[in-house]
This record gives sequence, C-alpha cells and structure tokens, in this order.
Amino acid sequence: MKFFEKISNIDRRIIYLMLGLVVIIPIVFKMVLPVRISEPVQSAYDYIQNLPQGSNVIISIDYDASSEPEIQPMYLSLLRQCFAQKHKIILMGQWALGLPFGEIGLNTITSEVNSRSGSNADSLFYGRDFVNLGYRPGYRAMMVGLGREFRDFFATDYRGVPVDSLPLMANVHNYNDIALLIGLEAGQAGDEWIQFAGARYGLKIVIGATGVIAPDMFHYLQAKQIQGLVGGLQGAAEYETLVKSPGTGIAGMVAQSWAHLLLLGFILLGNLGYFATKRRRDK
Amino acid sequence: MKKNIPLVITFLTGLVIVVTFFTPHQPMGSMQQRLLIWYSIVLGFTMLLGIDSLLRSNLKKIAGRQPGWIYAAALVAGFLITMAAGLYTWIGTKSLLTLGSSFMFIYTYVIVPLQATMFALLAFFIASAAYRAFRARSMEATLLLITAAVVMLGRVPVGAELWDKLPVMQDWIMEVPQMAAKRGIFIGIALGTVAMSLRVILGLERTYLS
Repeated sequence: MKFFEKISNIDRRIIYLMLGLVVIIPIVFKMVLPVRISEPVQSAYDYIQNLPQGSNVIISIDYDASSEPEIQPMYLSLLRQCFAQKHKIILMGQWALGLPFGEIGLNTITSEVNSRSGSNADSLFYGRDFVNLGYRPGYRAMMVGLGREFRDFFATDYRGVPVDSLPLMANVHNYNDIALLIGLEAGQAGDEWIQFAGARYGLKIVIGATGVIAPDMFHYLQAKQIQGLVGGLQGAAEYETLVKSPGTGIAGMVAQSWAHLLLLGFILLGNLGYFATKRRRDK
Repeated sequence: MKKNIPLVITFLTGLVIVVTFFTPHQPMGSMQQRLLIWYSIVLGFTMLLGIDSLLRSNLKKIAGRQPGWIYAAALVAGFLITMAAGLYTWIGTKSLLTLGSSFMFIYTYVIVPLQATMFALLAFFIASAAYRAFRARSMEATLLLITAAVVMLGRVPVGAELWDKLPVMQDWIMEVPQMAAKRGIFIGIALGTVAMSLRVILGLERTYLS
C-alpha cells in the first residue's frame, strides 16, 4: 500500500526534473514526428496562396517574448509564404515590446530571400516590398481610424520616414487598399481587429494565436469572420510543414508531445494512487 | 461642479463616439477621426503618468529603506539604463529597432530571456498542479479529466500516432462543446459591457470619479 501512497504524492522536484528532460532531449536530438494539417491552418494557407500576386498584407505583431516560441515560427513561415507570392508587407504592432520581433523576422526572411535572388526584381527592398510602421498607443482607436486614413495615425514609419516617400504606401490610404490582415495574437487585440476592422470595414483577417488564445477564435472562424486560424505551437508546426521550411515549430512539437504524454502519465499515476488509498480508507 | 463637469464631458463624449461610430458620413466621419486621434494622443501621455507613478513609488521605497527596497532600486536602475540605451540608439540611428544597437542588446539579452523564463516556469508549475488537482473525485471531475486528456493528446502529433481518431475527437470537442460554452460566456460579457457603458454614459456609474 505504501507504493500507492507514494505514487499519489510524488515529489514536485521529480516532476520538474522529468518534464525538463522530456522537453530538452527531443530538441537536442532533433527528433521529428509527422505533422497533420488541420482545416483552420489549411484555410489560412489557401487564402494567402490564392490572393492575387502583389497584394497588400498587414501583419500585426501583437505578442512579446513570453509568446515568442509559439508565434515567431508561424510569423516566419507566413512571411516566407507572403514573399514567395510577391505580396507587399505592411508591418505594425499593438504590443510595443513585441515590435523588435517583427523587425528581427523581417530581417531574417528578407536576408534569406535576397541571398538567393539573382536580380533587383527578385530582391526585397524596404519601402518597395515591405514597410514597418511601428507602434501607436491606443490600438482600438487606431484600428477604427485606419479605416478612413492610414496617415492620420502613421504619418511616418518606425524610423520617422514620411510614409508618402515610401513607394509601397503611395496607394495605401485605408482598408480598401488592403487585401488581408494577419493578426499574430497573444491577447485581446485579435478580438478587436475582428470587431473593429473586420466587422465594420469588411477587412479579411487571418489569425495566428497562442494555444491559450486560439480557442477564443473558433467562433469567429465558424462564423466566417476570419479566413483561417493558426493556433499555438501545433499551428506553427503545421504552417512550417505547409511552406516546407521546418523550424522551431516542428522541433518544439516533439517536445510538447512528450511533455503531454508525461503529464498524462503522472495524472494517471496520481489517480491510481488516489483510488487505491481511498479504497483502503473506506474499508 | 467638481462632479457635474466630468459627468457632462463623459455623457457628451460617449454619445458622440457612439453616434459617429454608426454614422460614418460627413460631418460625423471627420469628427470621429478627430476624436480617435485625440484618444491616441491622450493615451500616449498616460504612459508618462504611468512612468511618473512607477518612479515616485519606487524612489519613495528606496529613500525610506522600506522592505524590498533593493528590488525597487533594481527596477529604477533597469529603467534608467534601458532609457539611456534607448535614447542613445534613437539619437544615433533614428530608430529603436536597429539590430545590433545597445537598446536591442538589452532587449535581446535581458528583456527576452527574463520574460521567456517567467513564462516557461509556468509549464513546471502547471505540470505539478495538474498532477495534484486532476483527480477523478466526482462525475464532473472525471468528465473534465477525460476531455483534457483527449484535447492534450489530440493537439500534438503523438496523439495521431497513438490513435488516428484522437485528433478528430479533439476537433469535435473544440468546435462543439467548447465553442457553445465560450459563446455563452462571450454573449454575457458583451451584454455586460453594453450595460456598463450605458451606465457610465448616463452618469449612473460614478465610481471612476472617486
């Protein structure tokens, strides 16, 4: 009986140690598991793929370091797909502390594309193929206001360069000039993009969200208020699979798989111990 | 006067914002845009108020050698160093996001690891808490346990390897019972928000004045 008492009360340090091991080992040994593509992620991919080449796409960086492992891999994959389709990227962010991730992502992918390109036409240039507008306080007001005129809120880009001097922004005035908004969400901003920009101005939206936020987006997806949903690290792994560029999303999912299995194993052990000791007490 | 003027301002602003939101034609459209720009500017200044309040309370703690003053000192030092790096970067490059700058160095090697560590620790606490709390003590707890197990396995690739129906079951749970509950909660929140907003606009809710 002592055994059952022990398994119903395992020392937390053993749980911490084992969890640490099952997360580290798959990442160190680069283990891989096949990734199944879910319908919401496939819809997001297809929608972006089917936009006319050269469409204007806003990417909103609404996360920071705490959600970076989940969202950054999907952001990089989305950038790869958008640039492959020759879409124009307008970057902005509602989380000031997340904006550097936006810049790091743009720098990574544009350098990757430019190192492969053979001509100016194939290369990506700031101002022509992508811009970074930065952050403005009061995102709810901004989301509504952009429906009328971008320049009222973003007269300059993040470096203070007037947007009128950027060729990409010359014909961008409001949401009518935007084919899609991709919101990368770790909080409330996703709901507000949908409610203010989507519902009022009919802006098409794809959401990439953390595993915690994604369940809150399913009703928008079912009501067709968003065109696709990339949820959590699993969604990031699925997107990496779709764009054929394996990264930390796919690597992380193996670790997450084993962590979930371990946790369920512990829960099972805990319940076994609980019922065995309970039966003994009841007798 | 001290109470009536703010109430009148709240009533008029609330009314104008609601009317202009649903009437995007002239002159409402331009009026709304102007108010939205004002809102954005005012919000920018509230950040200064926040910094003032943060520094004031922490400097008071340091001056009085109150318990935990050393953490307050670390916060003030962190604030000043980050601000100095930010100003230096901005003056030199006209952007805070210049890769390789001193601000980005602090961001990449201090802020990001600290935030990531804080969040990563949650995984360990959740694992320990789930092991202790997830006991099938009642019918409801058993249902929750089974649902959690299906979703946890269905969401990860190993679930499909174990049994190919697990992801399908997980999808159904997320799309039907989960969404039904969430919709109920969201409708409740929306109705509550409308009711509270009306109370504020009409001056029935005055706690924000105190």
